[in-house]
Amino acid sequence: MEIKVLGPDCPNCKEMKRRTDQALNELGVQADAQKVTDIMEIMKFSMSTPALVVNGKLKHAGTSLPPVEKIKALLKEEG
Amino acid sequence: MLTMIADFLVYRLMNLSPESRFGDTLHFFVYDTMKIFLLLSVIIFAVSIVRTYFPPERTKKILSHRKLFIGNILAAFLGVVTPFCSCSAVPLFIGFVEAGVPLGVTFSFLIASPMVNEIAVVLLYGLFGWKITLIYIGAGLLVAIIGGMIIGKLHLEKWVEEYVYAFKTGQAAGEVKQSFRDRLEYARWNTKDILTRVWFFILIAIGIGGLIHGYVPNEFLTSIAGPGNPFAVPAAVLLGVPLYSSAAGVIPIVYALMEKGLSMGTVLAFMMAVTALSLPEIIILRKVLKPRMLGVFVGIMTVAIIGVGYMFNVIL
Repeated sequence: MEIKVLGPDCPNCKEMKRRTDQALNELGVQADAQKVTDIMEIMKFSMSTPALVVNGKLKHAGTSLPPVEKIKALLKEEG
Repeated sequence: MLTMIADFLVYRLMNLSPESRFGDTLHFFVYDTMKIFLLLSVIIFAVSIVRTYFPPERTKKILSHRKLFIGNILAAFLGVVTPFCSCSAVPLFIGFVEAGVPLGVTFSFLIASPMVNEIAVVLLYGLFGWKITLIYIGAGLLVAIIGGMIIGKLHLEKWVEEYVYAFKTGQAAGEVKQSFRDRLEYARWNTKDILTRVWFFILIAIGIGGLIHGYVPNEFLTSIAGPGNPFAVPAAVLLGVPLYSSAAGVIPIVYALMEKGLSMGTVLAFMMAVTALSLPEIIILRKVLKPRMLGVFVGIMTVAIIGVGYMFNVIL
């Protein structure tokens, strides 16, 4: 599973990364969430940050950060 | 009712006299702190829920290929309700341009967004009352609409960095489904997050406001910056432009200044200048706009806000 958290350094985006890490931890998944801060890279998937991309699919975008439980559900959708 | 609590705490419990400077200052502080934090909690919560209904992706669709004027008006209103992290200003800008949102319309959005933020509105309402709040919001929208229209009319597309027009975003982000439970959860988290981040600064600002309220002689500013002085507005705006502070920090101070004679128009102009233009935002926008465009943008905003300030001094 390839997990990317998209967003430059701002409190919201950092929180997204933190929650994603926690979700991965709780699910016992070996993979690590990769933080992407490059605007060009981010733009390939989404217009708003923070965003969550799993296996190349956009699972979430925008400032309404999903709670950890929701992130786990999103991750599970992709295996 | 809050007044009663403040009265009780300051005048009874601490046994201070309402006539004394210190008692008066403390009362201002206690009362306004309670009122503001209460208002903030309620309003941030409510606004957060409304915002979950307006993700940027939807706004983009609404604004795509809109004509000037209607587009600007829509954009300004959407700017107020669409939540976006200022860190995503660049991807957002590129996304809008790519979706065919006219440059002027995009600017109306970008101008309205920071100016009318819920913290500013709450503080304004809490300290100045709803009439002033509505006027501020109205003026903010006006500046956003007109500013965006002017930029659109000037056809400054050539001053946007070329790569922006060449960009092809990857798959369009489908709108993420949210249950009402999700929205409530987000609102709760967002309220807590904002309050945790700003509480200290708001306290300090109210504190400074309180000191000014209690210790600076009345009418102190009237001679320097009251309605009679024609330079008050431009001075206030020019002072506000480089300042970067959330409106939250500025309002309590500005309120106390107003009590000391600063005219309302100057106050509103200053607030708009502080919130609408911020150095960090300009630095971020540099990634997509050429320096001349930025200059024009700042210039138009400054003039528009000064204009609004004068207008208010006349009306109010």
